Amino acid sequence: MPVAPPPVADALLAVDDLTVEFPTRRGTLTAVRGVSFAIAAGEVLGLVGESGAGKSVTGAAVIGLIDPPGRIASGRIVLDGRRIDDLPSAAMRRVRGREIGAVFQDPLTALDPLYSIGRQLVETIRAHLDLTEGQARERALSLLADVGIPAPASRFDQYPHQFSGGMRQRVVIALALAAAPRLIIADEPTTALDVSIQAQIIALLARLAREHRTAILLITHDMGVIAEIASRVAVMYAGRIVEIGDVDDVIHRPRHPYTAGLMGSIPSVRMKRDRLLQIDGSMPRLTALPRGCAFHPRCPRARAACESVDPALARLGAGQVACHWPLDVGVTA
Amino acid sequence: MTHLVEAADIACHFDVSPPWLDRVVGGASRGVLKAVDGVDLALVRGETYGLVGESGCGKSTLARLIVGLYAPTRGTIRYEGTIVSAPGRGRRNRRARRGMQMIFQDPYASLNPHWRVADIVAEPIRALAPRTRRRALQGRVEEVLLQVGLSAGDAARFPHQFSGGQRQRISIARALSAAPQFLVCDEPTSALDVSVQAQVLNLMRDLQRRLELTYLFISHNLAVVRHIADRVGVMYLGRIVESAPTAMLFDAPRHPYTRMLLDAVPDLDRTGTARTAVAGEVPDALAPPPGCAFHPRCPYANARCREEAPRLRAYGAASVACHAVEEQRVACFA
Repeated sequence: MPVAPPPVADALLAVDDLTVEFPTRRGTLTAVRGVSFAIAAGEVLGLVGESGAGKSVTGAAVIGLIDPPGRIASGRIVLDGRRIDDLPSAAMRRVRGREIGAVFQDPLTALDPLYSIGRQLVETIRAHLDLTEGQARERALSLLADVGIPAPASRFDQYPHQFSGGMRQRVVIALALAAAPRLIIADEPTTALDVSIQAQIIALLARLAREHRTAILLITHDMGVIAEIASRVAVMYAGRIVEIGDVDDVIHRPRHPYTAGLMGSIPSVRMKRDRLLQIDGSMPRLTALPRGCAFHPRCPRARAACESVDPALARLGAGQVACHWPLDVGVTA
Repeated sequence: MTHLVEAADIACHFDVSPPWLDRVVGGASRGVLKAVDGVDLALVRGETYGLVGESGCGKSTLARLIVGLYAPTRGTIRYEGTIVSAPGRGRRNRRARRGMQMIFQDPYASLNPHWRVADIVAEPIRALAPRTRRRALQGRVEEVLLQVGLSAGDAARFPHQFSGGQRQRISIARALSAAPQFLVCDEPTSALDVSVQAQVLNLMRDLQRRLELTYLFISHNLAVVRHIADRVGVMYLGRIVESAPTAMLFDAPRHPYTRMLLDAVPDLDRTGTARTAVAGEVPDALAPPPGCAFHPRCPYANARCREEAPRLRAYGAASVACHAVEEQRVACFA
């Protein structure tokens, strides 16, 4: 069953025409160019793309962590009916953590090595919720149990270095959940982990979305992880969303030539192909984007219009595609 | 059948003991990390042997042992029948090992940023055949650059002028310049984006066919190994627990750890299905469990598994180190 994108009105998070710029010595670098998407409560939206596509910058913009001189040049970010992209930093700090939790790639840098994990949890909880020390400790223990840390009471006073990679990422997720946020931004949460541990963390995120109705923006380059947990997926290329739709459609019936190339280039454990589909060349530098569609120099279907007009994201079937000549259903590149 | 590369009971132990004073005063005990502990490996000319395992299983140490970057604690490595590595004489036999080269994971760290591509690519020739004339050297550099899909003009540029995928092509050109027969590739595509990974994997396959190369291909990515390898070995805590032809290993895995790994891989064809989450984690390599190292995570473990370490036994074309498989306590798919 294709899942229709939530209408912007009942979306928990709505990002509308977001553009993020970074002024550099060699001119302005536009990392995100007019990105729009929405996530409903309890939904997992996958945001995929290769390095430099702008997926992490999009996530950072939503939690208000774009480092100056980078700035949101245009667009709106609306969380639960309230605009958050123009909040002063003190107000944004309250939103971050309280309403939006964040999980990043490297669990070790997200934890303070000098404080026990119990201390870090209690502090985070008390920063956001009006609880006594004892109540906060109680909540911290139940969070640790919830993210699957065995014997939380005995690990409460241990330090991050005493935890393995997978256990650390669980602690980071517990921290992100400290104030029961309604949205979690997970940026490559499993990339630093081994496959067997990866599966555990993905199962944990899926359970959170299901049981707590937490919305998750899952940013990753790993299509396998997206296939497993996301209900919808947005594919980014050179700062734009080129295709967004139901996960099954995007993976098995891609409409954008880039999506089709990306899917064909992924080797599979289940079957062996003689050659992988190959998209020649590499993504253009963001400071030197080609005119027209940014993908046209690598696109097997490019024609004259692609070199002059950048296609807008337009409805096609159940999803949306930004392409002048999208693929028909059932055709693979 | 003669093997191009043969490792016999190879082991590499690292002494990670605390300082002497801490041991005497503080009562700390000696620690030995058995990164690789008794691996037998034989590669046939022209094949690709894939080596998979999770981080810390010893696969990169094994790669470094084979090319001679580490000296083994025990065992020998032969190349074309000649011993090239044995305890205490790891770096000798330079002549014998000139047929092997290595490709590293990180194309940013493995190329000297101050050198031009021409010098980087010519380095193995300079080291192995220092009297090569400049003109011949230049010609050879241009030839290998063209082979890996770069242009002759790229020789004059510096590494920072290239993208990650192009840099990995430079690494491959460097490895090929002295015309080796055997390449050890340690996670050569792990730092690359999938579309670039596809380019590099296709290139490696084309080069193998054209130049009759033999690859030892190390990766944590099972899909990549399935794609490129003819045979696959699965490592766990310093040992190979299963080794089999690729199709057999992926379609009918025998060792419980191999099955667990395969179940844990996310797959595009199974949207919305949860993987079998694997219980537990890789144990501390400094204090491996007694008996079979996998027994604390294994659903089939019994008393024998907790005491006696299993040895590799042949089952047709596959070999598996598992008591449960031997005693037929595990149902096999095949």
